[in-house]
Amino acid sequence: MINFVLLISRQGKVRLTKWYSPYSQKERSKVIRELSGLILARGPKLCNFVEWRGYKVVYRRYASLYFCMCINADDNELEILEIIHHFVEILDRYFGSVCELDLIFNFHKAYYILDEILIAGELQESSKKTVARLIAAQDSLVEAAKEQASSVSNMIAQVTK
Amino acid sequence: MNPFSTPTRLRDMIRAIRACKTAAEERAVVRKECAAIRSAISENDQLFRHRNLAKLMFIHMLGYPTHFGQLECLKLIAAVDFPEKRIGYLGLMLLLDERQEVLMLVTNSLKQDLNHSNQYIVGLALCALGNICSAEMARDLAPEVERLLLSRDQNIKKKAALCSIMIIRKVSDLAENLMSPAASLLKEKHHGVLIAGVELCTDLCKVSASVLEYLRKTCIERLIRILKDISNSSYSLEYDIAGIVDPFLHIRVLKLMRILGQGDADSSEYMIDILAQVASKTESKKNAGNAVLYECVETIMGIEATSGLRVLAINILGRFLSNHDNNIRYVALNMLMKAVTIESQAVQRHRTTILERVKDSDASIQKRALDLVFLLVNETNVKPLTKELIDYLEVSDQDFKGDLTAKICSIIDKFSQEKLWYTEQMFKVLCLAGNYVKDDVWHALIVAISNAPYLQGYCVRSLYKVFQTYSDQESLVQVAVWCIGEYAEMLVNNVKVLEMEEPMTVTESDAVDVVEASLKNCSSDITTQSLSLIALLKLSSRFPPTSERIREIIMYHKGSVVLELQQRAIEFNSIIQRHQNIKSSLLERMPVLDEMTYNLKKASSSQANVSADKTSKSNSRASLKLPNGVIHATATTDLDLLDLSSDDNPANTSSSKDYLHDLLGIGLTNTESTDQGIAPSEGTDILMDLLSIGAPTVQNDILISDAVSSNQGIAPATKPSSTIQVMDLLDGKQTNTSISDYQNPVHPSIIAFQSNTLMITFTFTKQADDPKVTQIQATFTNLSSDAYTDFVFQAAVPKAFPIITLEQSRMN
Repeated sequence: MINFVLLISRQGKVRLTKWYSPYSQKERSKVIRELSGLILARGPKLCNFVEWRGYKVVYRRYASLYFCMCINADDNELEILEIIHHFVEILDRYFGSVCELDLIFNFHKAYYILDEILIAGELQESSKKTVARLIAAQDSLVEAAKEQASSVSNMIAQVTK
Repeated sequence: MNPFSTPTRLRDMIRAIRACKTAAEERAVVRKECAAIRSAISENDQLFRHRNLAKLMFIHMLGYPTHFGQLECLKLIAAVDFPEKRIGYLGLMLLLDERQEVLMLVTNSLKQDLNHSNQYIVGLALCALGNICSAEMARDLAPEVERLLLSRDQNIKKKAALCSIMIIRKVSDLAENLMSPAASLLKEKHHGVLIAGVELCTDLCKVSASVLEYLRKTCIERLIRILKDISNSSYSLEYDIAGIVDPFLHIRVLKLMRILGQGDADSSEYMIDILAQVASKTESKKNAGNAVLYECVETIMGIEATSGLRVLAINILGRFLSNHDNNIRYVALNMLMKAVTIESQAVQRHRTTILERVKDSDASIQKRALDLVFLLVNETNVKPLTKELIDYLEVSDQDFKGDLTAKICSIIDKFSQEKLWYTEQMFKVLCLAGNYVKDDVWHALIVAISNAPYLQGYCVRSLYKVFQTYSDQESLVQVAVWCIGEYAEMLVNNVKVLEMEEPMTVTESDAVDVVEASLKNCSSDITTQSLSLIALLKLSSRFPPTSERIREIIMYHKGSVVLELQQRAIEFNSIIQRHQNIKSSLLERMPVLDEMTYNLKKASSSQANVSADKTSKSNSRASLKLPNGVIHATATTDLDLLDLSSDDNPANTSSSKDYLHDLLGIGLTNTESTDQGIAPSEGTDILMDLLSIGAPTVQNDILISDAVSSNQGIAPATKPSSTIQVMDLLDGKQTNTSISDYQNPVHPSIIAFQSNTLMITFTFTKQADDPKVTQIQATFTNLSSDAYTDFVFQAAVPKAFPIITLEQSRMN
C-alpha cells in the first residue's frame, strides 16, 4: 500500500501531497521536512529506494521535481517506480509536455488526475487512455456548468444594472 | 473593498505569491488573501466559492493555517452542481484529515452522493470516502458501497472496490460481507476492475482467514487464467508498457497468488506451471519487465514450490545482481537475503557476484551485500572470502570501514579453525583498520595469543615488523606493545621460529625503542601509554642492561598531568630503583588467560564490561591498590606486575574471589564491583582482593588455624582450631608497609572481627618451601568478663581453595 505521495521541487518546496494513511497536520509537516532532507541530499548515482522509519520510500527525479511514494516494507519497489512513471506520463499527455509550472498553477487538476490513478493507496487504473477519458469527461462537465453559469450571471448583471 | 469587484483569480494570486522576494512579503500577500476569503465566507458569497476554495488550498499547501475553510468545503460538497462538488471534495481531502470531527458532518452528503444519478458524482464520493474515512463513516456507508460494487458501470465498480479496501482497513468485521462480490469481480474483463478486484481480494485475505480459505477454493483457477491471458497476449496498445501487457495486473495477480499459495501445497501445485512460464518468458530489459520478474521470484519463494523452480528463481536473482541498474541490484540483494535460509546452496553459487557488490559505489548496496556475504560464510569458503574482504578493506572508504571491520572480525572469530590463521588474519585487520577494531575484539586476540605458546614468538615478531609502518592504528600499537612486553625475550632471541618466518635480528634496545616510540607518540591515548609503561617495566626486568635507560624514559612521566600515567611512572620507577630483588618475580610471564571462561564472561557481561571498561580505565590504578571487581583484559595488563610463576595453571573462576572477600571481611574490595561477574577470567583477580593484588591459582591449600586465647582462661572449652593457609603472591617478603602498598608480599595481620566481647586476629605466615600454602593463625581474644564455652570457629572458603583446619594450637 502507498502511504503517501509527495512531490517536492529541488529547492524543497512542496508541490503536491496526498496522504493515504492517518497523519495529523503536525506529523505531516514533520514527515515532509524529514523526507525532503533525506531525498534531496542523495546523489544521482544512488538507487531510488530509501529506507525510512521502517517504510520504504521510492523516489524518482523528473527535471526539477522529485516524485516520492512511501510504501510498506513488503511491497514491490520496482512496481512503484512504474506507477510513478505512469502518473507522470498521464500528466504529460494531459498538459502536453508538462513542466513544474503547470503543476504549480494547475495543482487542483494534478490532484484530480492523481485521484483517477490511486485510491486508498492502491492502483486504480492501468490504462492511460481510460484515465484521460475520464478526466476529459469530468472537465467537460465543469466547462458546461461554467458556461451556463456565466450566461446566467450575464443576464443577472444586465438586469441589475 | 468594492462589493462588485471579483476576488483575484487563482492564477493571479499564485503569480503574486511567486513574485514575492522575501518570506515577509509572501506572508503579507497570504494574509490579505486569507482576509478576503474569510469575509467572503462569512458573507456567504455563492459566486466565487469555487475560486476561493482553490486559493485556500494553495495557501494550505504553502503551509499556512486554513481551518476557517473547512466548513466551506462541506457547503460546497452539499451544493448541487458538479464543479462545486468536485472542488468541495478536493478541499475535503486536502484540508481535513481523519481525526477531525468535522468529517462526521460529511457523512450525510456522502450518502446522498453515493446514490446520485450522475456517475461522476458517485465517483467523486467513492474517491473521497476511499481516501479519507473514519471508522464510523465506514460503518455507516458500507452498505452503499457494497451495493455499488455490483453496479454496471466499470468506473463505479473499480472505485467501489478500492473504497471497500479502505472500509475494511477501518472496520475489519465487514470483510465477510465482501467475500463473494470480490470473488465475482475477478470474472470481469476490464483491466481496471480486475486490478481493483485483485487488490480487494488481497486485502481481504490479509484481514480474515475465512475469506482466505474461500478465495483459495474458488479463485485460483481464475487467477491463473488471467495471468495466462495477459502473459500470452501479443500486444495491446492500451495496456502496453515497455513490451509487457499491463505489468501492473501481472504484479497484482502474482501477489495474490503468493498469499493464496503460502503454506498450502495443493494451491501451490496449480501455480507452478504458470509461474515457470512467466519467469522464463518475461523480458527483462526494462524496469517493467524486471518488476514483473521480481514479483514472480517473490511468489516462487513464498509458496510451496519445487526445488527446480526455486533454483530458477535464484538464478534470476543472480542475473539481477549483474544488472547495470542500481535498483535491480538492490532489490536482488534484498531478496537473496530472504532466500538464503531456504535455498542456501543455490545462493552460494552466486557468491562471487555478491562479493563484487560489496565493492559497489552505492552505500546501501554495499551494506546489504556485506550482510549477505556474512550469511553465506561457512567452513569451506571462509579463507578465500576473508582474503577478499581484507583486500577490499584496504581500499574501502571511511564510512564503510567500521561495518566491514566488525563483520570481518566476527567472521574470523566464528570460523577460524586454527590459531595461526586466526592470528594472521587479525594482524592484517589490525594493520589496515586498527582504529575501527572494537576493544573486545583485540582483547580476545590477546587471550588467544596467551593460550598458544607455540605462536607467541611468531606473534611478537610479526607485530614488531609491522609496528613501524602502521603505527597510527591504535589497537595494533596496543596489541604490539603488550606482546613485546610479554614476550620480549622471544623477540630478541628468536625463540620458536615458525618455518615461514624470515630471519630477523632484534636487539634489546630495538625492543625498547619500539615501546618508547609508542609512548612518545603524541596521538597515543591513555591506554596505549599505560600499556607502554608496563611493557617498559617488563622489558627492564627481562633485559636488565636496559633498566637505567628505561627508568629515564619512565621518569619523564613523573609529572604527567594524567593521574594514571603519573602514578604508574612513580611506582614503576620505585620498583626499578629499590626493588630489584623482587622485580623479576613480580614481572614474570603472565599466567595463561582462560579462553573459555573469558568467552563466557564476555558473552554474559558484555554490557557490564562496556561500562566497566570506562570506569576501570580511569581507576585501573586503583584496581591495583583496592581490589576492584571490574577487571578485564586491559586491567590485566596492569596487574601483570603481580605475575606468578604458575603459568600452566588455568585461571580460576573469579567467583572465588567473592567468598574470600567475605570470609576475611576485608573491606578492601568494592562490593558492587564484585557483582560484575568479574569479567576477566584471567586468574589474576582471584586473590586480588585478599591481598590487594591478584593471582590465579587452583591448587591452593587453605588452612585455617585459630588459636583461642581468652583473657581469663577459666573454662577450657573445646575449641576447634584450624589453620588457614592462603596463597601468597610474592614470595614470603615480610615488610611493614601498609595494605595499600602493592609490593607487600605477605599481608600484615588483620583484625578479622571485633566486638565488645570478642576479638579475632589473623596473622599470615608462609613456609619458605611451599609458596602455595599460607598459614593463617587466628587468635581469639575474649574481651568479656565471662568465659566462653563451646566456642566453635568455622571457616568457609570457595571451592578453589582447599582448606585444612588444624587443631587448636594453644590456649592462654
